[in-house]
Amino acid sequence: MSNKAAAKGDILLEMKDVVIDGFADERWNEIIKGVSLTLRRGEVLGLIGESGAGKSTLGLGAMGFARPGCRLTSGEIIFDGIELRTMPERKKRKLWGTRIAYVAQSAAAAFNPAHRLLDQTIEASLRKGLVSEKEAKLDAVALYRAMQLPDPEHIGFRFPHQVSGGQLQRAMTAMAMASRPDLIIFDEPTTALDVTTQVNVLASMRDAVEQFNTAAIYITHDLAVVAQMADRIKVLRYGEEMEEAETREMLKSPKHPYTKSLWSVRSIHKEPKTSDDYILEIQGVDAAYGKDVKVLHDVSISIPRGKTVAIVGESGSGKSTAARVVTGLLPPVKGQVVFNGTPLSPELKHRSKDQLQRIQMIYQMADTAMNPRHTVKEIIGRPLEFYLGLKGARQEQKVIELLHKIELDEGFLDRLPGELSGGQKQRICIARALAAEPELIICDEVTSALDQIVQEGILKLLLKLQEDLGVSYIFITHDIATVQAISDEIVVMYQGKVVEQGLKTQIMTPPYPEYTQLLLSSVPEMDPDWLTNLLKERAEKKAG
Amino acid sequence: MHPIVKTVIQRLMLGVFTLFLVSLIIFSAIQFLPGDFGEAVLGQSATEDTVAAFRKELGLDQPAYKRYFNWVGGVVQGDFGSSFSGRASSGVDRSRKVVDLIAPRLENTLFLASMTALIAVPLALFLGITTALYRNSIYDRVVNAVTLTTIATPEFFVAYILILFLASLNQWLPSLANIDASMSLGEKIYKSALPSLTLTLVIVAHMMRMTRAAIINLLASPYIEMARLKGLSSRQVILRHALPNAWAPIATVIAFNLAYLVVGVVIVEVVFVYPGVGQLMVDAVRTRDIPVVQASALFFAGTYIMLNLIADIIGIITNPRILHPR
Repeated sequence: MSNKAAAKGDILLEMKDVVIDGFADERWNEIIKGVSLTLRRGEVLGLIGESGAGKSTLGLGAMGFARPGCRLTSGEIIFDGIELRTMPERKKRKLWGTRIAYVAQSAAAAFNPAHRLLDQTIEASLRKGLVSEKEAKLDAVALYRAMQLPDPEHIGFRFPHQVSGGQLQRAMTAMAMASRPDLIIFDEPTTALDVTTQVNVLASMRDAVEQFNTAAIYITHDLAVVAQMADRIKVLRYGEEMEEAETREMLKSPKHPYTKSLWSVRSIHKEPKTSDDYILEIQGVDAAYGKDVKVLHDVSISIPRGKTVAIVGESGSGKSTAARVVTGLLPPVKGQVVFNGTPLSPELKHRSKDQLQRIQMIYQMADTAMNPRHTVKEIIGRPLEFYLGLKGARQEQKVIELLHKIELDEGFLDRLPGELSGGQKQRICIARALAAEPELIICDEVTSALDQIVQEGILKLLLKLQEDLGVSYIFITHDIATVQAISDEIVVMYQGKVVEQGLKTQIMTPPYPEYTQLLLSSVPEMDPDWLTNLLKERAEKKAG
Repeated sequence: MHPIVKTVIQRLMLGVFTLFLVSLIIFSAIQFLPGDFGEAVLGQSATEDTVAAFRKELGLDQPAYKRYFNWVGGVVQGDFGSSFSGRASSGVDRSRKVVDLIAPRLENTLFLASMTALIAVPLALFLGITTALYRNSIYDRVVNAVTLTTIATPEFFVAYILILFLASLNQWLPSLANIDASMSLGEKIYKSALPSLTLTLVIVAHMMRMTRAAIINLLASPYIEMARLKGLSSRQVILRHALPNAWAPIATVIAFNLAYLVVGVVIVEVVFVYPGVGQLMVDAVRTRDIPVVQASALFFAGTYIMLNLIADIIGIITNPRILHPR
């Protein structure tokens, strides 16, 4: 390692005016429109941007790799003096997995389900004949230990489906490190993880990069995450560079207005209010999938009329299951749901049409929640006809009215879902829910799949609708920034139990119950020292 | 108990149940055959008394459910009854046991099927994997075009073309495949070469195309991209990373084609005068030899169920999620 450390500061990767094309609609379109970047040994560059910005394409381009349907059209990609763009793949393969490694977004999908972790970890080094099998295995165990994986001696003998998502992501970093590469491309490595897991994965990745003096390109859409990892940050949009700066500089004074918009959701503020008039009460509910898998334990949640209750928790905490119980999709084993003072029948099919009408739902994936062959008019018109009996001209008039409410216009009437943007699709789903004139809308992660700016628009729209129509929301999310923006009350759930429920201001002020503390402190902040300080704090607490 | 053992036992029991249902269907289907054996053998001129006596001797005068239970009861003990042919209402009973009738034919059918499978399955796998590896190359296109042609041509036509070129114009192989038990293995193989070749051409296309599709289907998976980014060659990517996840669909299509080799080869048997079970069954249907028809049909159904069971088990044991539960 010593010669590497001595060489720190030399230019390792240089990309000049790189253009990458993708084939779509029968022609080649520019995805990356002439981007340049420089990376020195041991340095971490953050690539940030929203979906469609071309971050992954550029990151893979840095390896000289183009996905099927893409091509490296022009420019120079020089890795340690070697021009990669025009190099035949046969030769580039000698570098991949040895000197340049890749860490994919979803480790669960990027590990081959048919092979054990250990075999996959050492595969590249072994095939390239860098080390003997025995050495490779010993080294893999050492790397697992460095990545703080539990039982590093034996975890390698497990199959990918036998370990958790956070562990897989760490194993994948260990796999990338196995050949001690000069450069690692991290492609959204923590996006699929819960915040509480993310902290530890970020910490072990950062340690590994520092320990081996590896240069890295860290791709993400989350500015707060990249702030912990990167020395410099480059902002991309539509395949073009917006700006690049040292991390602290960028956070302190972003120059480009687009960069500022990247943390726009954090700018919404709402004064929390509550009420004693409850529209919905979940009372002592136990729920289970099948006979054995019990997912809710004695859950009680009250929703004040005309207010927003955010249910937060990590995956597996039971927050979506609670919504399924409310809607009647999953009859509870014990307990009941009281709506407007009357207990609801546990099963959907025994509920009255009026009860069905009063509770509506909006889903995370607007894409899959709409029939792709129905026009906007049909999608919104359907509940109008079903619940209110509106047909023909009166129905169309009402649809237009609803479109205005969601800040769209009659030009959208005959469009198909495929012709809408992500944000517009979610707006149509909101209009469809509103069409039934509900009193309560359950929003299940409705902004998770959207970019920051679009999220802001949707959240503002939901707040405005609440003011105008007095509708109540149950807002299910794992994103604390969203919770801060929209909620009156917060319910924290963990492992199928309610940790606490209360006014936003009250939940967000110490003292916290232990889990709430862990959850809140794990949310990355726009401070490059946040992770370091947090880890120090946690270590001290443990020691003390 | 290991979950796999449990699953296999469950599937086996399901297979036995299916076989029972099939026996019901076979039995009822035969009731709908027009005419009966008595008339078929004794001819139009026979008096009603003679026919009735003959029917009584064969047990055909009993109600259907009784005959069904007699038959199934026998089958469970390994007794498939006696053939109707060779019997006469008077004189000696020269009829043969169904088992004695079918066994040698069965041996021939299985011989032809195994011989074909030994050539066709490895060939199809090889072609499927290599065309997936060099997809869209000239090699891929030629192999696809050729196999598509053979699958689109009726098998009797393929058979006659092969006879024309390999047996008639050039006398390399015999056009008659009338093997019998007295022949040596080498002679049997030589005699069966043409029917085996015909069947190979017919089934390779399907298996090869499914193998190719199953592998290509996986090539868009993130773990395949990961394997490429680890610097593995195309061959390593396909053999190590795609193929192990493609066994289940491949096994299913192989089972389907092997079953066809046993139960669907009657046309090829006729063309090459090959003494297999298919011909025996067709003859038995013509002469209303009910015990033989029933036994052959049951054997076909059993083959089908067993091969599919094996394919299922391969699908299960190649899936680490089931083999190594959390």
